[in-house]
Amino acid sequence: MLASLFAGIFYIAALIFVIGVGRKIIQYARTPAPLKIPTTPAPVTQTGVVLRMIREIVLFSSLFKANKWTWIFGWLFHFGLLLAFFRHLRYTMTPDALLWPLVSFDLVQSFGRYASFIMFIGLVGLLGRRFFVDRVRYISAPSDYLMLLLLLTIAGTGMLMSFVAHPDIIMLKEFVLGLLRFEVKPLPTDGLLLVHLSLVALLMVIFPISKLLHAPGLFFSPSRNQVDNPREKRHLASWAAKFDADQS
Amino acid sequence: MAEYEIPELREIPIIPKIKEGVMAHSSPFVAKAPIQTAIGFPGELVDNWEGKLLDKMDDLRGRYRSLQVYLDSCVKCGACTDKCHYFLGTSDPKNMPVARQDLMRKVYRRYKTFAGKFWGKLGMPWMVGAAELNKDVLDDWYSYFHQCSQCRRCSVYCPYGIDTAEISMAAREMMDSVGVGQKYCNEIIGKAQTVGNNLGLPQPALYDTLEGLEEEVEEDTGVAVKFPIDKKGSDILLVTPSADFFAEPHVDGLIGYAKVFHEAGASWTLSSHASEAANFGMFIGSYENMRTLSQRVRKAALDLGVKRIIFGECGHAWRVAYSFLNTLAGPWDFLDQNYPIPQHICEYTYDLIQNDKIKFDKSENDHMTITFHDSCNVARASRMGDKPGGQFDIPRAVIKAACNNYVDMPEDTIKEATFCCGGGGGILTDDLMEIRVKGAQPRMEAYKRVVEEKGVTNLAAICAICKAQFSKVLPYYGFGMTDIISVHQLVGDALILSDAAGDDDSDDSDGEE
Repeated sequence: MLASLFAGIFYIAALIFVIGVGRKIIQYARTPAPLKIPTTPAPVTQTGVVLRMIREIVLFSSLFKANKWTWIFGWLFHFGLLLAFFRHLRYTMTPDALLWPLVSFDLVQSFGRYASFIMFIGLVGLLGRRFFVDRVRYISAPSDYLMLLLLLTIAGTGMLMSFVAHPDIIMLKEFVLGLLRFEVKPLPTDGLLLVHLSLVALLMVIFPISKLLHAPGLFFSPSRNQVDNPREKRHLASWAAKFDADQS
Repeated sequence: MAEYEIPELREIPIIPKIKEGVMAHSSPFVAKAPIQTAIGFPGELVDNWEGKLLDKMDDLRGRYRSLQVYLDSCVKCGACTDKCHYFLGTSDPKNMPVARQDLMRKVYRRYKTFAGKFWGKLGMPWMVGAAELNKDVLDDWYSYFHQCSQCRRCSVYCPYGIDTAEISMAAREMMDSVGVGQKYCNEIIGKAQTVGNNLGLPQPALYDTLEGLEEEVEEDTGVAVKFPIDKKGSDILLVTPSADFFAEPHVDGLIGYAKVFHEAGASWTLSSHASEAANFGMFIGSYENMRTLSQRVRKAALDLGVKRIIFGECGHAWRVAYSFLNTLAGPWDFLDQNYPIPQHICEYTYDLIQNDKIKFDKSENDHMTITFHDSCNVARASRMGDKPGGQFDIPRAVIKAACNNYVDMPEDTIKEATFCCGGGGGILTDDLMEIRVKGAQPRMEAYKRVVEEKGVTNLAAICAICKAQFSKVLPYYGFGMTDIISVHQLVGDALILSDAAGDDDSDDSDGEE
């Protein structure tokens, strides 16, 4: 019963996540950028743009220029999240899986465990800024605080399960592997685990309707992803081309 | 001198505590019906404006990826909150870039996103940063989207590159589409589209002015430096802001360009049809108006049969020229492809310096110590030369070739971090004097530091708006209105005219460092 409920929740959440984010990505990709607006100095080649984007995605280079506190907390949180994500992949594959060597790698498993602390510190720092910096408090809506609380609770329950009260992790893995094969296997009735799982599902559901869209958004930001070559190459959006046609 | 407080210039700038609503009263004059209708907008606030504004939002979201992505992506991290000169100068939190964007974003969220519609129906749109659209919101838009100079400083620091300029341009276009336009910008666009320049100077007046300049320069230097206009078959078409024709210190820049062309032996001309480099269509986010204005440059180039186009000193004009002209008025296949199209006057002068074609007597500028104000649109929305950052290096190289004494302002106030003069983006109008003065504070603070510590006497710029704004606001901060000068004034004053008769043209100092 419980297992079926959670299986249902996860299938629906995954569907909403994939379709919702997919639709936004299609929308961003289809909307033309009619003018060249890279924030300059900008790279003059496509390779340069790829490097600029990598610096933004991996190092948060613009944020680094802006504010060192926000940068360190934000970066710690995202880095911790990434490590934790990799660690969780082991629940989704058996040792004969292609990616298993990567996932079972000691570094991922041991660092992944402590990554939750990095993540937690980052989130607390970001929440603190929201409370204590008057400018950031002014621009914060309830949803901005709730988002951080949601992530903090996910990280917190994860830490408790990892370091204090271990759920039946073998059973959980069977459940997850079952989900991937569209079979409902039993789920441990562990309070912490159920909260953890429910909130992760909630996170997936709100992803496409919230500011979490910054993740796909960054890839489509014209001020970051355009090559600075307007004099060399004529840039013309489809809707703007009709003016040229009307004229001739 | 004013009924508001002039911000103090401090030794160490610190971020102000927010003071809500202190600039809510600042709004520009509203355009009357004839001004609006002349450039394709309704004359007054239309019926059912809420619905039409939201329709326009959909239209623009569908046409500009920037707008759609930027409305969705902000995480309210606060990175931009202390980056806007208008916030730093006023403490009004709605002048923080994110809060300015949120004036539009909260409407977008309420009517165009699931979260906003859901909480809106429950009567709690504020849960997710959404809000109902009403007249108060529109008034806020009109006020605060005209306290943005579209300088892009915030976009440098945003982790997603969100550019408030894109939002404020879209907001102005949305307001225009329901009949609420700004008098200053829209009147100027109309004039530029009919007369050919922002000041509405007709052809005879231009001819007169240029003739006067020829006499003046000949009297000064003994050399017959020409200011040709509408001269068919010239090689180069110079498009320059119309302020260059008569305003101070702009006109000294124009004299500088003419001397450079003269010394290089170039065949050049101005055009009365395209007697304006500025393009206020950009400020109001109107692609159509911006294109109509740009097409005048194309027509002038074709009619005059020129081979090259060079733009004079103007910040946003250079953005439109460098970044958009090829899009708006290209392709330029009829011009000489051996030169950048278009080219900046600083690039032109720089090339001549590099190739030893012009020489300077730097001592002519020895009575000054110069610092350079990077104009926002040149710094963050364009380039010069073939390397990123050329827009910083080339004007400085030109200044240093003409002057012995040059000092930069503090690093966090120049180049890509430069502070706007406070008058850009269509707010260079007397009805917005308070925000102009307060918005100039960060720049004035940086200037004060080099004045006091490095003995700087003058501020050089390559933007007509910066020059006009500084001449007006410098005195509010205790500086002389003539501190601001054109880069090509420095060039013109130190340039050695080789056909000058006698006195000091023997090249005892050849201007190289």
